[in-house]
Amino acid sequence: MNRSGRPQRIITHVFLILFTAMVLFPVAKVFQIAFQDRQSFDMRLSVLPDLDHLTLDNFSHVVGRSKTEGFGAEEKQTWVFGHQLFNSLVVSLATTLLGVFFATSAAYAFSRFRFPGRRAGLLGFLVIQMFPGTMMMIPLYILMDHLGLLDRLLGLILVYSTTAIPFCVWMLKGYFDTIPKELEESALIDGASRLRIFWSIMLPLARPAIAVTALFSFMTAWNEYILAQTFMTEEIATTLPVMLNGFVSKTTVEWGHFAAGAILVSIPVMALFFVLQRHLVAGLTAGSVKG
Amino acid sequence: MAEVTLKGVTKRYGNVIAVKDVDLQIGDGEFLVLVGPSGCGKSTTLRMVAGLEEISAGDLFIDGRRVNDMHPKDRDIAMVFQSYALYPHMSVRQNMSFGLKMRGIKKAEIEKRVGEAADILGLDDLLARKPKELSGGQRQRVAMGRAIVRKPKVFLFDEPLSNLDAKLRVQMRAEIARLHRRLDATILYVTHDQVEAMTLADRIAVMADGLSQQVGAPLEVFEHPVNRFVAGFIGSPAMNFLPVQLDDAGKLNGNGFCLTLGEQQAELVRGKSGPMELGLRPNHLRLDPAGQIQATVEVVEPLGAETFLRLRQADTILTVRLSAQQEIKAGQELRLHLDLQFAHLFDGKSGQTLF
Repeated sequence: MNRSGRPQRIITHVFLILFTAMVLFPVAKVFQIAFQDRQSFDMRLSVLPDLDHLTLDNFSHVVGRSKTEGFGAEEKQTWVFGHQLFNSLVVSLATTLLGVFFATSAAYAFSRFRFPGRRAGLLGFLVIQMFPGTMMMIPLYILMDHLGLLDRLLGLILVYSTTAIPFCVWMLKGYFDTIPKELEESALIDGASRLRIFWSIMLPLARPAIAVTALFSFMTAWNEYILAQTFMTEEIATTLPVMLNGFVSKTTVEWGHFAAGAILVSIPVMALFFVLQRHLVAGLTAGSVKG
Repeated sequence: MAEVTLKGVTKRYGNVIAVKDVDLQIGDGEFLVLVGPSGCGKSTTLRMVAGLEEISAGDLFIDGRRVNDMHPKDRDIAMVFQSYALYPHMSVRQNMSFGLKMRGIKKAEIEKRVGEAADILGLDDLLARKPKELSGGQRQRVAMGRAIVRKPKVFLFDEPLSNLDAKLRVQMRAEIARLHRRLDATILYVTHDQVEAMTLADRIAVMADGLSQQVGAPLEVFEHPVNRFVAGFIGSPAMNFLPVQLDDAGKLNGNGFCLTLGEQQAELVRGKSGPMELGLRPNHLRLDPAGQIQATVEVVEPLGAETFLRLRQADTILTVRLSAQQEIKAGQELRLHLDLQFAHLFDGKSGQTLF
């Protein structure tokens, strides 16, 4: 039903097109810079590539980054990008797994059980969300140092999961709350145990929310820069966001490398989004209750 | 199949008593309907039998065993929920097999039982569908199928028809009655709809304010209600109540009328006096130019085969059932004859039935 007149529709569309262009412009510009053979960028509005300067060099430079250690016979070549990509993947996937595992089980308990400390726990999670991660940097650093977790992926995994979980718990609790209680009662009478109900009834129904939670946990870990920079002192122990920042120094910025790196770093997130999007279908519970 | 016995069953939520001291005996293969207005505690009673609510006091026996502290899954009951509570991510077949799978029943046996139940309920063509692809009536059938395949000792129904439209409700009501005859199952059925209660039950238990008011066969409860509440709740349209005063001469004095009781009835209330309520069903009032009371027609409801009149007599609204169509208009003044031999008299304070 479109009751608005033609002129109004034209205005709406002009506005939408302009807005889309504004949003897409930086992305297009990044692509333009990444595929050009120079480390600066021009101030033109055009985002079309300069065909004479088209190249993939920026990408091969970023991907091929390695460093040489030792001399002569002990000389060792280390593929820095490979290490950092591996670190990023391990940290992000582990954070996702830990985050989803603890968040689903905690959220289910918060949603369905009444226990002492329930309110305080939920409020605590909310309050924790209000503090920026950087605020906790120094205390966390001291903790990590004492636990011997500096320069170790496990350290980052633990820190990222603990920051992601409170938000995920709130999200999932909200979703679990919308799943009718009768479904569980019915399963209870059918002879299912609590664990079974959680596994066979609640988890499949909460799939959209779990997908969002997974995506959020993954992105939290994948994009995080400050803590990775602080806790990981060795170059090959860091993650990709730290690598990206390496192209920026006080005096110069390697724009070409930076843009190529940015594109490479965003590919896995996009891939994950496409994989999970199938599960983001809302309204899975439609038809469970009521006629 | 089994007997279910409730002895002094009580449910307290803090200081609120939801169900108070309910005694009920549901015989083997009996269809007992718990009926009452919303908030009367009938659903809570059912949920206690199911094991979904803890019993605050009293004892619950299924098949002779005290099951107060038994887990729902060990009570060998099946429940049909008002909302059906079908698992949305499972097909009809999976929905029906879930309970059997949980009990470790062999695949071949599950197949057989699901097939049988689908056959009984006419669900054969729908087994592969998901609940959201079904109509309300079909979902209702699946919910029943899920209960049937389990072959439980007791079936519990929690207002299973209230989400259906009127026509489907009548159809499913007949289906449940048929199912009961076929399965010969012990059924505890909760509803607020007294028509469902009257048509389905072997016996009905009327509840109000957490108390069991009366238990008995439908017609027995209909004809001999123990108090004003039961009299007003059972029967549709509801019984008419006229406030009256009983005087020493055995006459009932109402607002603008005076009635003389028959000998038998007068004998039953001898020595009593004070405010009372006279109860008469709509079919025991008739239009009669020589009738005892006068009333004004407020609404005429012609239903084709019968017509209901709503009349005002002083501060009371009366319903009269006419079996034939008659030319009557709102605002008309009519005289009514009260068939006193079918009347009930209730104590004005306690509401107890005097006759």
